[in-house]
Amino acid sequence: MVEWTDAEREAIQAIWAKVQHDKVGPEALGRAMIVYPWTQRYFKTLGTFTNAASIFGNEKVAKQAVIILHGIDRGVQNLDNLKATYADLSVLHSDTLHVDPDNFRLFGDCITIVLAAQMGPTFFTAERQAAWQKFVSVVISAMSKQYH
Amino acid sequence: MLSKYEKELIATIWERVALRAEDVGAEALLRMFTCFPKTKTYFDQKDLSPRSPHLLSHGGRIVEAIAEGAKNIDTLATTLAPLSVLHAYQLRIDPTNFKLLCHCILVTLSCRMAEEFTPVVHAAIDKFLSALSAVLTEKYR
Ligand code: HEM
Ligand code: HEM
Repeated sequence: MVEWTDAEREAIQAIWAKVQHDKVGPEALGRAMIVYPWTQRYFKTLGTFTNAASIFGNEKVAKQAVIILHGIDRGVQNLDNLKATYADLSVLHSDTLHVDPDNFRLFGDCITIVLAAQMGPTFFTAERQAAWQKFVSVVISAMSKQYH
Repeated sequence: MLSKYEKELIATIWERVALRAEDVGAEALLRMFTCFPKTKTYFDQKDLSPRSPHLLSHGGRIVEAIAEGAKNIDTLATTLAPLSVLHAYQLRIDPTNFKLLCHCILVTLSCRMAEEFTPVVHAAIDKFLSALSAVLTEKYR
């Protein structure tokens, strides 16, 4: 069982309360597809991607990104129960979608960098980042559970 | 592979970052130590509190080394050879830590550059930092 301090809980809630799903989601998924182009393989059915504009202009990608962020909502609301919360999404991503779980970390790194850009250093402090990184790593491990 | 455009972008950005080398470096280190506490094991006995003299001076040296590498990316391996020897043979830092520091450098730049840290800039710097980490760890085995 993962233990959370009160400060960590507060930091995660405070960060997530500022997140606009339709801004952060597409920006984070778009970055994953640009910075780590091999992640594009899972979204081939959504369009043809040649450059940043073709990714950020694609409404289906944006929609998919918002769906993923709603998936993260579930985690923020269930900090004490993350494994169970992600059990069915883990099955879906491994058995049905065949997403290589390394992609979860790449997406996680991108979302963190997007939050940093939007929130700035006075809000996104090292302390808050640490709580957030812990959350991301526990979500990733819950999402990856089915692969073991 | 970095395009000519990306190399210019990287050189320009690091020239600017080098003007605030201590600030940026100390912030990146603080983020690394706070988020990934195991990285502190390599800095035994040092004062790693926010903006401590050690954090500032070490952070400054890291940023200056990166900025030096950014000036001419084609000769990165030669420029950084002494640091590569230091990290591999003397310090023996586990290579996984480079990813953690690079991530914290990206977060620090993103915080400070905000919307200027566009996806294209992000991609270029990420590629550059992983090339640089590869050079610093190439002598390991
Ligand atoms: C770690 C964070 C992630 C969460 C919380 C998450 C969550 C979700 C959710 C809620 C769905 C919709 C499931 C449904 O339709 O019932 C979904 C679908 C999907 N996800 Fe993820 N996801 C994550 C990361 C990723 C990554 C990194 C990739 C690939 C790079 C990916 C690829 C997909 C694909 C291909 C679909 C199916 C899209 C379709 O409907 O065709 N996911 N994800
Ligand atoms: C981007 C990657 C890195 C760069 C550019 C870098 C750069 C440097 C520089 C310039 C020095 C000072 C060398 C000198 O005094 O001559 C140094 C020392 C050192 N580095 Fe790194 N470094 C990197 C990654 C790391 C990582 C990931 C760790 C461990 C987590 C690490 C641990 C150390 C230690 C322990 C020292 C000696 C510090 C001291 O004695 O004050 N470095 N590094």
